[in-house]
Amino acid sequence: MATTTAAPGAPTTKIGQAALEVDDRLIVAGPLRRTLNKVFPDHWSFLLGEIALYAFMILLVSGTYLTFFYDASMEEVVYEGVYAPLRGVEMSAAYESTLGLSFDVRGGLLIRQIHHWAALLFVAAIVIHLIRIFFTGAFRRPRETNWLIGVVLLVLALLMGVTGYSLPDDLLSGTGLRIISAIILSLPVIGTWAHWAVFNGDYVGTEIIGRFYIAHVLIIPAILLALIAAHLLILVKQKHTQFPGAGRTEHNVVGNRLFPTFAGKATALLFIVFGLCAALGGLVQINPIWLWGPYNPAQVSAGSQPDWYIGFLDGSTRLFPAWDINLPGDYTIPALFWPTVVGAGLMFTVLALYPMIERKLTGDTASHHLLQRPRDVPVRTSVGAMALTFYVVLWISGGNDLIADKFDISLNAMTWFGRIGCLVLPPFAYWMTYRLCLGLQRHDREVLEHGIETGVIRRLPSGEFIEVHQPLGPVDEHGHGQLAYGGASVPKKMNQVGGARRAIKGFFKPIEEPAEVQRQAELEARGLEAEQSDRQTISSGRPSEGGRPSEGGRPQAPRD
Amino acid sequence: MSTTNASSEAPLEGGRRGLLRRRPAAGTPAAAARDRRRSKQRRRLANVAGLMAALVLTGVGYSAFAPGAIAADEQSSTESIAVEAGRELYVLSCITCHGSNLQGVEDRGPSLIGVGSASVYFQVSTGRMPLVRQEAQAPEHPVIFTEAEIAQLMAYVQANGGGPSIPSGDLRDGELAEGGELFRLNCASCHNFVGEGGALSSGKRAPSLDGLTDEQIYAAMLTGPENMPVFGDNQLTPEEKRSVIDYVQTIQDQADPGGAAIGRAGPVAEGLVIWVAGVGALLFGIFWMGTKA
Repeated sequence: MATTTAAPGAPTTKIGQAALEVDDRLIVAGPLRRTLNKVFPDHWSFLLGEIALYAFMILLVSGTYLTFFYDASMEEVVYEGVYAPLRGVEMSAAYESTLGLSFDVRGGLLIRQIHHWAALLFVAAIVIHLIRIFFTGAFRRPRETNWLIGVVLLVLALLMGVTGYSLPDDLLSGTGLRIISAIILSLPVIGTWAHWAVFNGDYVGTEIIGRFYIAHVLIIPAILLALIAAHLLILVKQKHTQFPGAGRTEHNVVGNRLFPTFAGKATALLFIVFGLCAALGGLVQINPIWLWGPYNPAQVSAGSQPDWYIGFLDGSTRLFPAWDINLPGDYTIPALFWPTVVGAGLMFTVLALYPMIERKLTGDTASHHLLQRPRDVPVRTSVGAMALTFYVVLWISGGNDLIADKFDISLNAMTWFGRIGCLVLPPFAYWMTYRLCLGLQRHDREVLEHGIETGVIRRLPSGEFIEVHQPLGPVDEHGHGQLAYGGASVPKKMNQVGGARRAIKGFFKPIEEPAEVQRQAELEARGLEAEQSDRQTISSGRPSEGGRPSEGGRPQAPRD
Repeated sequence: MSTTNASSEAPLEGGRRGLLRRRPAAGTPAAAARDRRRSKQRRRLANVAGLMAALVLTGVGYSAFAPGAIAADEQSSTESIAVEAGRELYVLSCITCHGSNLQGVEDRGPSLIGVGSASVYFQVSTGRMPLVRQEAQAPEHPVIFTEAEIAQLMAYVQANGGGPSIPSGDLRDGELAEGGELFRLNCASCHNFVGEGGALSSGKRAPSLDGLTDEQIYAAMLTGPENMPVFGDNQLTPEEKRSVIDYVQTIQDQADPGGAAIGRAGPVAEGLVIWVAGVGALLFGIFWMGTKA
C-alpha cells in the first residue's frame, strides 16, 4: 500500500481508485469521456424521439411481465373464471389466459393497460419525431441513413402493433385478423399462397396466434432493438443537428453536455413518460377484451376499428370504391388490394425515398448540420402539409362510423366527405401553407429592413402619424437595416432585444419579474455571459476536420 | 257464467209460484185486502225480479255472442275506459300520421294494425313518438305522455289493431353467458359490442341501449322498430330474449375495472385519448423542460 507512490493527478478517493482499476483493465476512460461530453442541442423538439425510446423501454419491461401469464394457444377451452358474463362460453386458450391475466393476476390488468397505452404512445412519438425531422430538413446529407432506419422503425412499430393487437384473440382483434387475411388474399397471383404460408391453411386455422406471438415477442423486437441501437450510434457519430442561431455554425453543436445536464433531463423525461403511461394505465380503460367477447368468425360488431396507427388504412379502405377487376379466366383483383397494399406501399416508399427525391430535385448534395426553419423551405413544408392532410383525412375516415354516430351526421355524408376531401383538401393545404411560409418570410425580411414595431406612434410636423421602428442593426441613408437573414428566428418584439431589460426564457412566455432581471444584470455586470452554453465541434465522420474535445476539454461550469 | 245462471233461476221460480198462488186466494175481504197487499208486494218483487232476469239474460247473451268477450264485468269496464281514453289521446296526437282507423297515412306514417301494444310501448315510452318531423329515423325526445297515458294508448291500439304485447314477469330471468353469445351474434353487428350503438347508412343508426328498461328492450326485439329486424319468438325464444336482456342490463350496470370507460367505444376513443391527453401532456412536459436549461 505504502510502497506505490501515487502519480500526480491520480485519484485519491476510494471510488476514484476503483475506477482507475477498471480503466487499467478495460481502457474505457477515453471513449466514456467523449460520450459523457457529447453535446445535445437545447430545444424541446429534440426530445420527441426520446419519448419514443422511453415508450419502447416501458413496452419491453411490461411486455415481459405479460408473457409470464399469456398462453399463445388457439386450443378451445370453456371459461370457468371469475368473470360471470362469460362463464361457460367456449373460447381460445389465448383469450382465456388474457382474461385470467386481467382479472386474476395481481397487477395484471394495470400492466396490460400500461403496455397498450405505451404502444399507442410509442407510435405517436415516432410519428411526431418524423414530422419534426421532415419539416426542419434534418434528414439531409449526411443523415439519410438514419432517416431510412427511422422509416423502417416506423413500419416495424406498426407490425408490432398489428401482431400485438391480435394476440388476445377477442372479437375485436379477430375482426382485425380477418381483414389482415383478406388483405393477404387480395395480393394478385401470390395471394392464396401467401395466405397459406402465413396462416398455415385457410382462415383462421390453429397456428396464427402462436406465429404472431413469436413475431411480436421475439422477431420484431429483436430487429427493432438492433435498428434502434444503430439509429442512436449513427446519431452519436454524426452528432445532432441544431437550429441556426448566435454562435451556431455548420461545424459545431451548441447545447448541454450529456453529463450532467442532459442526463438529468433525459432521466426526468423517462420518468415523465413512464408516469404518463402508468397514469393512463391506471385511470383509463383500454381494450376491455371482456366486453368484446371471445373471437367467433360468425360474429362481427359495429365500430370494429384498429388502433389509431392503422386507422389510415381502415379509412382508405372505407373510402375506396368497390372496384373489383375481373379478368378472364375466373381471376379477380379485389378492390381491397388498392387502398391497402398499393396505398400503404406507395406511401411508405415515397416516405423512405424522400431525402433522395429532394436531393435529386433541388440538386443540393452538400452536408447540412444546421436545420432549416420550415418557412424558409416553402415547397417542402407545403408538400409535408399536403401529405399530412391526406393522411388525416384517411385517418378520420377510419373512424367515420363513430363520428357519424356521435355527431349525428349521415355515414354516407362522412364517406363522401372523405372521398372528396382526400382529393381536394391536400392541394388546398399546399396552397395555404405556401402562402403562410411566404408571409412569414416577408415579415422576417420586413423586420430586418425596417426594424421592430415599437408600438410608439409619433405625429410628424406635417400631421402624418408614423409608428416608430427599432432597427436591429446599422441602417443605411434611407433608414433601412443592412442585416441579412441568417436562417435564425428574428426578434419581433422589443423585449426580445432587451427592450424590457432582457428577455428571459420562461415557461411559454418570457419571465419579466424584476428579481430574475436583476440577477441576470448582475451576472452581466461581472462580465459573465448570462446564459452559457456548451459547444462541441462537428466531426461528422471526418476525424481530420474534427474538433474532438481534448483530454483537458472538460466543460467549464459557469462560475458565479 | 254458471254461477250467474244459478242465482238468476231463484227469483224466476219465486215469481212463477206467486203468480200461480194468486187465484185461490181471492175469497174473504180481509183475506182479499191482505192478498191485495201481498200481491202488490209480490208484483213489485216479481217486476224487479223479471227486470233483473232480463238484464242478466241480455248480459249473458251479449257475453256469449259479442266478439272478444271479456268475462269479468269490472275489468272489462276499466279496460273500455282505458281504450276510450287512449282513443282520445290517439285522436289528439297520432291520428295525423296513422289515420283515423290505425290504417296509416301515405307518406306520413305506417299502419298500426297488428303492431300491438308492445310496439306502442317502445315507440312512446322512449320518446320516439309522437314524431316532430319526418327524418331518416325517429330521434329519442323527452317522453311527453305519462305512464298511465302510455297504457291507455297501448290499450287503444291493442283493442283496435291487435298484435304482440310484452309479457309480464321478470324479463331478466335468463342465462347471462348465453345472452352474451346471442347478443354478439344477433345485436352487436349494429349496436356495437356492448350496446353503445352505431351508425347505419344515410343518417340512420342503431341507438345506444344505455338506460333502457327491460320492457323496452323486449318490445324492441319483439316488434323491430325503425331499421331493426323483428326477432320473433321463433328466432329468439322468450327465454333467449330474457337472456339477452339479462346480459345487456348486467353489462350496462357493470363497473369498468380498468378505469374511465371512455365511452366503451374502442380504439377510436383510445386514439383520441393518447393524442390529446397523452401527447398533449408530454409536449407540455418537454416545453417545460426546454425552458429549464
